[in-house]
Amino acid sequence: MTKQPSVNRRDFLKSAAATSAAAGAAAFVPAAAVNAQTPAASVPAAAPIAPRETDPPGEAEVLTTDRPGGDFMVDVLKALNFEYVASNPGSSFRGIHESIINYGGNAAPEFLTCCHEESSVAMAHGYFKAEGKPMAVLCHGTVGMQHAAMAIYNAYCDRVPVYILAGNSLDATMRRPGVEWAHSVQDAAAMVRDFIKWDDLPFSLPHFAESAVRAYKIAMTPPMMPVLVVLDGGLQEDPISEEVKARLRIPRLTLTTPPQGDSGAVAEAARLLVNAQNPVIVADRVARTPAGMTRLIELAETLQAPVIDQGGRMNFPSRHPLNHSNGGRALIANADVILGLELTDFWGTVDAFRDALVRSSRSIVKPGTKLISINANDLYTKGNYQDFQRYPEVDIAMAADAEATLPALIEACKRLMTADRQRALQERGKKLAETHQNAMDRARAEAAYAWDASPISTARMAAELWAQIKNEDWSLVSESGNVSGWPMRLWNFDKPYRHFGDSGGAGVGYGAPAAVGAALSNRKRGRLSLTIQGDGDFMYAPGVWWTAAHHKIPLLAVMHNNRAYHQEVMHLQRMAGRHQRGITRAHIGTTIDNPNIDYAKIAQGMGVHAQGPIANANDLGPAIKRALEVVKRGEPSLIDVVTQPR
Amino acid sequence: MNRLQAVVTILLVGLATAIGVSAQAPSPAAPAAAPPARAAQAPAGNAEAGKKLFVSYGCYQCHGYEAQGSSATGPRLGPRPLQFAALSKYVRAPTGQMPPYTAKVLPEADLTIIYAFLQSRPAPQAVEDIPLLK
Repeated sequence: MTKQPSVNRRDFLKSAAATSAAAGAAAFVPAAAVNAQTPAASVPAAAPIAPRETDPPGEAEVLTTDRPGGDFMVDVLKALNFEYVASNPGSSFRGIHESIINYGGNAAPEFLTCCHEESSVAMAHGYFKAEGKPMAVLCHGTVGMQHAAMAIYNAYCDRVPVYILAGNSLDATMRRPGVEWAHSVQDAAAMVRDFIKWDDLPFSLPHFAESAVRAYKIAMTPPMMPVLVVLDGGLQEDPISEEVKARLRIPRLTLTTPPQGDSGAVAEAARLLVNAQNPVIVADRVARTPAGMTRLIELAETLQAPVIDQGGRMNFPSRHPLNHSNGGRALIANADVILGLELTDFWGTVDAFRDALVRSSRSIVKPGTKLISINANDLYTKGNYQDFQRYPEVDIAMAADAEATLPALIEACKRLMTADRQRALQERGKKLAETHQNAMDRARAEAAYAWDASPISTARMAAELWAQIKNEDWSLVSESGNVSGWPMRLWNFDKPYRHFGDSGGAGVGYGAPAAVGAALSNRKRGRLSLTIQGDGDFMYAPGVWWTAAHHKIPLLAVMHNNRAYHQEVMHLQRMAGRHQRGITRAHIGTTIDNPNIDYAKIAQGMGVHAQGPIANANDLGPAIKRALEVVKRGEPSLIDVVTQPR
Repeated sequence: MNRLQAVVTILLVGLATAIGVSAQAPSPAAPAAAPPARAAQAPAGNAEAGKKLFVSYGCYQCHGYEAQGSSATGPRLGPRPLQFAALSKYVRAPTGQMPPYTAKVLPEADLTIIYAFLQSRPAPQAVEDIPLLK
């Protein structure tokens, strides 16, 4: 759209166009190499300059530029090595959008077309946990941020960096009448500032470069969280003046070394752990990188201590003899030392809470039990949103990154180990191995109940899946269906990418897009990505299945379709039982039936291979086989399975 | 298992021993049918009708349509349920996470019929006979 610019803006454009022609179109190469983040592809060479018609004399309107600010922004994104930018297109960032696809060649970053900003952010959330580096997200600073907010909150609670770029139009005199006003805001970050780590509103391109690099560094420093940089429309679209061009540089990025626990605290923790009779290690978001699992195994084996994996990350192999995640409460009750590693809720780990008419709680640990916490959350806690849980009364609290602290703790434990102590620990380890094996046998026996039931039991569904993936290089990228923990009880989770934890904030709608984002990361590694897809989660922003089909992201989605927001069914039943006014109507407002949703048909309508609904257990195995053939061709495939509630 | 499930599981462990079947930790080989003595103590009831009540009163929500239980929400209730008196006592005044089901909303007669459904649950196949669980 051509508008009638003010004299000042027109003068500026004329001046910038002239200087641009004089300066050529050279790309803005980083001032210095980026530490550990060197982009795979170099910044593209400048396009040749076409001969320019001579401006007619007088007040000719300048209508074009070959060097908009958005190009430099793309240079910065390339320098930060972003592979993808997920986005639902929006006019407030049309400038950088065009720079990405034309100037940047739509590669590193590649534009991922999303149907909802919540999908964009959750895709970036899932991608990070598989890839280990952030995905960028582009959205409107107003309506886009509003759509994105819940997914940003999930990422915040899950301590995952999502790199958000939000378009805005700051100069009120330059806004188009109508929609652009409705899509402009004084402070775009305000509505999400409570649950992001840092934000900025750059006023110039040099300012943008510095803030973009700073944002990346802050996001990647534990505790990791989303960050937001607001992009002014003028900054994206206007030509880069010669004066600004002279100041353009991309600062060097040096990622912060994650903080280790204080050496004295580490030594004291080691003393307690080595001398404990019944130590227990509880892990939640320890494995920040693949090294985390290796280190946790070494600590557990050094101490011959049981590990309760709370599953925020893939912390500990499910079939390791020291994995006692299913016997958690008894171990906690019997422990004399408990080491909590990056726990979301230490209080809830050592206390029982009863959700009755009179809510009550009690400690479940023995008097005198020593509690040790290593948690990066202690370094950065915000106040408004209450995801920080009850205050835990621990004996040692290290404000530190647990994964980074483990090597020092392992070393300290080994230094204290005597031959006598080692023999005792080996005996303890044998007993724990036996208990672990018994738990696995019990799980298989329990799985046999309701084996042929319809709706299909979640144990049967997990077993049918396992039979066909166990010889593949599989990765359970997301699990929005609540299937009673059967995969962890029946499958062999033995590698760091076998699962990526959950949403963090329990905001429904994470499952599908996070799965698509993580599957995108797995695609280049040839891994088989699968997700257990809840029906309620599916319906939040189902357009993400089109995104998966459009971008050819291979993903096997097996639905846990219990035709309800079942957690809420149970909550409502609790209220009904408590109030004694009838207990037969908890389905009202909580179930997703009448009519039943045909999820396969929805997926098919968006170009995804899909089957179902399947309610006969004997039909499931063949359906999985057919779906795997599609996924191995590089496409998503969905199976709608009608299941037991849990 | 996500962390929410984990917390629910921890909270429900105590409940399992209070209301669940007599053997929450079956051997890998599936247990045989209900012992005669236990069956003899059970009140009479129609299992098919009990299945309908098990659903309409919402028992299935935590324990599954087949009363098979869930590690996340509620224990297995059959086959071989607790003695009726013990089960009834717990249902009326649970000490764990289960909500109370008083006689006002769940008459004793209906609980009796539900009990018949729990008793009628078939024993599972032995794990050794299920290839996917070997």
